Amino acid sequence: MYRYDEFDAAYVKDRVNTFRGQVNRRIDGSLTEDEFKPLRLMNGLYLQLHAYMLRVAIPYGTLSSRQMRALAMIASKWDKGYGHLTTRQNIQYNWPALKDVPDILDALADVEMHAIQTSGNCIRNVTADHFAGAAADEIEDPRPTAEIIRQWSTEHPEFLYLPRKFKIAVTGSPNDRAVTKAHDIGLRMVRNDTGEAGYEVIVGGGLGRSPFVGKVVRDFLPKSDLLPYLEAILRVYNLHGRRDNKYKARIKILVHETGIEDLRAMVEREFEQLDGPSVALAEEEVARIEAYFAPPVFAKLPQHSSALEQAKKADAEFAAWVETNTDAHKQSGYTIVTVSAKAIGEAPGDLTTAQMDVLADIAEQYGHDELRISHEQNVILPHVRLDDLRIVHAALADAGLATANANLISDIIACPGLDYCALATARSIPVAQDIQQRFADPVRAKAIGEFKIKISGCINACGHHHVGHVGILGLEKAGIENYQITLGGDHTETTAIGDRAGPGFAFEQVGPAIERLVDAYISLRANDNERFLDTYRRLGLEPFKTALYDNERTAA
Amino acid sequence: MPLVTKDGFQHLPEAAYITVDQLTETDEPWLAVEVAGDVDVSAIAPHFEKISLIAVQFPSFADGRGFSIARHLKRLGFDGELRARGHIIADQYAHALACGFDGVEINDEVAERQPFDQWQDAANKVLPPYRQKMAG
Amino acid sequence: MSKLFKPKIVSANDLFAGDVVYMNPGFGWTRKLAEAAIAHNEEAAADLLAKAMPQQEKVVGPYLADVALDDDGRPFPTHFREKFRTRGPSNRTDLGKQSVNPERREPLAASGGI
Ligand code: SF4
Repeated sequence: MYRYDEFDAAYVKDRVNTFRGQVNRRIDGSLTEDEFKPLRLMNGLYLQLHAYMLRVAIPYGTLSSRQMRALAMIASKWDKGYGHLTTRQNIQYNWPALKDVPDILDALADVEMHAIQTSGNCIRNVTADHFAGAAADEIEDPRPTAEIIRQWSTEHPEFLYLPRKFKIAVTGSPNDRAVTKAHDIGLRMVRNDTGEAGYEVIVGGGLGRSPFVGKVVRDFLPKSDLLPYLEAILRVYNLHGRRDNKYKARIKILVHETGIEDLRAMVEREFEQLDGPSVALAEEEVARIEAYFAPPVFAKLPQHSSALEQAKKADAEFAAWVETNTDAHKQSGYTIVTVSAKAIGEAPGDLTTAQMDVLADIAEQYGHDELRISHEQNVILPHVRLDDLRIVHAALADAGLATANANLISDIIACPGLDYCALATARSIPVAQDIQQRFADPVRAKAIGEFKIKISGCINACGHHHVGHVGILGLEKAGIENYQITLGGDHTETTAIGDRAGPGFAFEQVGPAIERLVDAYISLRANDNERFLDTYRRLGLEPFKTALYDNERTAA
Repeated sequence: MPLVTKDGFQHLPEAAYITVDQLTETDEPWLAVEVAGDVDVSAIAPHFEKISLIAVQFPSFADGRGFSIARHLKRLGFDGELRARGHIIADQYAHALACGFDGVEINDEVAERQPFDQWQDAANKVLPPYRQKMAG
Repeated sequence: MSKLFKPKIVSANDLFAGDVVYMNPGFGWTRKLAEAAIAHNEEAAADLLAKAMPQQEKVVGPYLADVALDDDGRPFPTHFREKFRTRGPSNRTDLGKQSVNPERREPLAASGGI
């Protein structure tokens, strides 16, 4: 894992002092609220419906057990005993007081963490594949790239007041778990004809009010050109992105209005003209950063674990969990564990202090001290021995963390919605809870198979509803909450924006509508292995629309 | 508008700024030009010789185009004085200097709320790691 | 005009604690909607907001919100967003105003809520 050097440490500490000063200057009137707002946002601090909210960066979703314990400590000392995992691999505290925030940031700095650029119209916390460094299908670990981008973008003097926020995601695998095509810039590691590793650069993806799938701006970018090329894109965007309308300010609109060909020409021209060597990191520095991400020392283990097989035979519940919540590891004898933060009836992505501590303990004892936060609001233990799965499962179960639902219908993404978020037009969490309850039976959920429901509480789409197999968007209509359903979205390398099914549903009509939809799918699927998404692609919207609207829908 | 320099606020007589369009109409030297955020500055480059001062407008501190314009002007070879002018706050001072501005012309209202020590503090902050490495 | 006018209160968030506050008749701030100053016409509403705007050192983002009045003349929110602001997260009734000050728990029927 990356460790701070003296530069990082000094900077992050100084940054806390700067923010402490900014808070004081807000209070003494040196800064107006209008001026303070972007400054606090660039330090992760929002003002939400009921309280301030602090969004802490978990760069590319990676953290150690020591860091997880610090997050738990902060939750209990300065907040209300829990934190919320976000679709950008961050963690949010919902109740900090303004005066405590500098102290919280100090506590974070003590464990090499911060909340820098988790909000604001700047380059946000960089995200990456949550299976990075562990996945069997990986070309290269994307995290050194993400770390290099983090360093370059941190307080980049030119790019702090962009037209709008700017999100970058990196994946090192052909199977895209980082939603790279729905980011302002997506980087996919690829190899060229000579076998050299580099990036396919995707630009202008994004969800929100007008969703766009990103377009390829460069087929192959050599690794050494990474930062100069990003600098070129950002400069073009900073100068030409629209500033007259907040909803048209993202780079996706610039790409859309300019056309990818012209935009590519602008970027390439800027790239040629800028002084690359003054931007790119020196080779030794790149190597130094890469070295931090060297894989842990794995034991030489056989592919097969007889301890695991025996335990699975003895305990069906455990066997079911192994089947849904583990993935192939590149190292023989190891696996990747997805810890569901979606216990039935709990707010998706919420972790209590106790759960954070348990996760830290497990990672320390059985997981090479590493944890990941996934954009699907779960926790990943990337390196667990097959032999240890039984004991890991037992420890997770004691903490209410062993729900066997990864990728199933109750593994729902839900943004905070109107229960917390000042921008929300409707609630998300209770909608998710209702659906979870309806599909609480693990046998039924398993029979339904992979089924991705994603819920947002407003058009900003933090809950990624456009790319859910089923997307649910909470709006306000005639003074009440109203939910629009989209079908057929896909967040993987075959990214697709879901189709709007029709008129929205009232709050209490959403659950029944989803039940009808699922029943229709079960009766329509070609066989038990055909996922909802595949059935949808085969049959199109019509039969599902009929199922959604056929019944006793009351007026929306 | 007071000018923030490393020695303090300077209250200069208002410079007689001309617009980019007026540049082509004059051959006088020592010109001061004011540039808006939507101007293509490469059009100014042929006139650099007669320009001694370029002020880049900041209509709002949240409009960061000026930072890229400064970089662009520097890259095009402008070596006269470069000022950021308008609504800029102390917290942006280091960023303005890093992008190539020599000084910042701020409005009186901001100068009153944010006395010089706040600008000095901002200029003395620890640089982010990448900047330190590139500088060192 | 007065026939169409919906009574209004000024709400904001406290600068320090971040929680929901309402302007009271003395142009100070209260955490209880029941104690909020009520504007019964456009002019009074504009006046209340004008009193709130300069109080940047105390509150953030003051704005006017519609209320209705119960039989005793006390205000209650009409929009579901404002109802949630008088309470806290609907999925965590142990948190927020509803946990310490369950003053007015109108049913959330209008929002189609739980
Ligand atoms: S989608 Fe809307 S409601 Fe949900 S977190 Fe984002 S801004 Fe808030």
